[in-house]
Amino acid sequence: MATPMFRFDPVELPPEALALRREVRAFINEHQEVMKFPRGDFNREFSRAMGRRGWIGMTWPKQYGGHERSAFERYVLIEEMLAAGAPLSAHYTGDRQSGPNILRFGTEEQKQFFCPKIAAGELTFCIGMSEPNAGSDVAGTRTRAVKVDGGYKINGSKLWTSNAHRADYAILFCKMAGGDYDPNDRHAGATQFLLDLKLPGIEIRPVLNLLGEHHFNEIFLTDVLVPENRLLGQEGNGWNQLTSELAFERSAPDRFLVLFQMLREMVRKAGPSPDRATAVALGKLIAQLATLRSMSVSIAGMLHEGLSPNNESAVVKDLGTRYEQDIPVVARQLFPMEPELEAVDTYVSMIARSTMNAPRFSIQGGTREILRGIIARGLGLR
Amino acid sequence: MAVRDETRMLLESMTRLFEDKATKQVIDRSETGTFASELWQAVAETGVPLAALPEASGGSDAEWSDLFAVLRVAGRYSVPLPLAETMLAGWVAAAAGLELSDGPMTVGPVCGPDSLTVVRDGNGWLLSGRASRIPYASHVAKTVLIADGPDGEMAVALEGTGGAVVTPGKNIANEARDTLAFTRVRLAADAVGPLVRGVSRGALYRRGALARATMMSGALERAMDLAVNYAQERVQFGRPISKFQAVQQNLAVLAGQTAAAVAAANLAIEALGKREAEEELFLIGVAKTRVGEAATLACEIAHQVHGAIGFTKEYALQFSTRRLWSWREEFGPDPEWAARVGGYACANGADGLWEMLTAFT
Repeated sequence: MATPMFRFDPVELPPEALALRREVRAFINEHQEVMKFPRGDFNREFSRAMGRRGWIGMTWPKQYGGHERSAFERYVLIEEMLAAGAPLSAHYTGDRQSGPNILRFGTEEQKQFFCPKIAAGELTFCIGMSEPNAGSDVAGTRTRAVKVDGGYKINGSKLWTSNAHRADYAILFCKMAGGDYDPNDRHAGATQFLLDLKLPGIEIRPVLNLLGEHHFNEIFLTDVLVPENRLLGQEGNGWNQLTSELAFERSAPDRFLVLFQMLREMVRKAGPSPDRATAVALGKLIAQLATLRSMSVSIAGMLHEGLSPNNESAVVKDLGTRYEQDIPVVARQLFPMEPELEAVDTYVSMIARSTMNAPRFSIQGGTREILRGIIARGLGLR
Repeated sequence: MAVRDETRMLLESMTRLFEDKATKQVIDRSETGTFASELWQAVAETGVPLAALPEASGGSDAEWSDLFAVLRVAGRYSVPLPLAETMLAGWVAAAAGLELSDGPMTVGPVCGPDSLTVVRDGNGWLLSGRASRIPYASHVAKTVLIADGPDGEMAVALEGTGGAVVTPGKNIANEARDTLAFTRVRLAADAVGPLVRGVSRGALYRRGALARATMMSGALERAMDLAVNYAQERVQFGRPISKFQAVQQNLAVLAGQTAAAVAAANLAIEALGKREAEEELFLIGVAKTRVGEAATLACEIAHQVHGAIGFTKEYALQFSTRRLWSWREEFGPDPEWAARVGGYACANGADGLWEMLTAFT
């Protein structure tokens, strides 16, 4: 057959990953009070505790604060934490994508400066990618950097930046102003910076989400002077670097484990001997989840072998977000309740939170349409 | 995990064989009720149908995972043969020390409510009961059935359909699905044998369901391949329809469903024989549920992309989609298996759900 098939060969987790699973479960048990639904609050202390365990930057080289453990061990750690609703946000972006991108494109000084701090849970990164007029079309960034004496002067703005108000650094995506870049190449001049969010000229304003929570922000940059040594990679290579960063972002198992605790409560409500309709509905969701997990472990296997499973990651994210958005739909069919965010009854609160969070799953990290476009390109259609 | 060299070579040679010999003409002819004898002969010569058996029983101790991989390829080519059935019949008959056939075989019961019993009659046996929708029964050299006997389940091997009243039937892919009724049919002593541990009516039903799920994952690969190619060839509004985003997005969904189906089937195949029966049941349930769901969605998209041509008998898509619509109901439709998966998870309890899921990979 001529058509490329996305293959997810079955992978068995190695013994060291299973040993780690026991350790992580014990750790989660000791920290039950910070586990929440769908995830714990921003918590630097928890990140430091994970850093002390060697659970951030697990696969990175030891010389940069990493622990040189396998992609499988990292997979197990992350899935256990996500399923439990652990508070990962203070280090997760750095661990998942900023750190790996610095290791890939950064200077020796940058690797030594940033990576050990991220791995210790001391340094929080956020993603400076989207803008008011550059959402799915990231290449349409209007943020501009100009080369000046000793560095770069940056003007522009960023939007939907999760945790910017609590983060230390952003990886900023923008374009070089001027220069002899091809005006017909939409990716020309794209450049990334390691942006210290305390620099003068940076203003961060909250944007409350529909749950009334403050997660994302708008960032305004007015004549911000970034020193030369905080350019990431090369001027003009930003698009390649961003593609790599997004690949790191999408290959994680976090696209189908956000609402796991809700599924668990549905099984609790069903009781040990559910009627047939309930068993069928739950069985379908569980079959989805078991398959997604197997595909995700397979992706960990591809990462372990040094492959770049970009298409496969897009497939798992697309299927995973569909499955997660089905959870509250099935929940209200099986066990209808009027949703209330702060309800004392865990299930009532969960149905509120999962219903209200569901729309973001197929938007963040690449919309459903963008992901399907990536898959279509993988099929050779574009 | 790297695919073993032997597996790759086996799959390559079976792919070539099916590509050459399971032609549209052969499938069409088989669908009119004429058994594809030449195709069977070619497949039998590879030794694949009985390969899982020990060498002493005429097999080659092949891995079941390799044979299931062959079934996926067979599903891809809509191979009109009782290949899975012969593998399973050989497995049951060998487990009871019964004589095998080199010819095509079938196996049963394949439907939940059926019931067969054997009772002793002098130095032989009497078989009674009913086995509905037995694949290719009217075409096989041997029918291997599991019946309730005086000491539990026993295997029964019949020459052809041995004395049964046969009511012919077929699924919507025109594969023979014949119902066999037995009224005190007399069998020789050596036609019946007790089953060894691990082989049972339940185990047969599970393996049958996994065989269908696996064949379906292959049929999905074919439907997807046809849809992607057709979209690139068919020009409307001055360009290939694959250039329209609406079509691209549908094909992306089709690709995702196909990949998930293959992954779900593989997860269960890997567990075969390595897990407790209950866990095996759960994973096969996951496979049949997930593949069935994928099939429903994928058939819809594959046809939508093809437009009217895909709805014709002339064009090949229908070979795959009619099989997918048939096979998703065989050895238990996906909702039946979903109920098992859900029931198993609920019996296991909410607080054990995560542990249960993570125990499988």
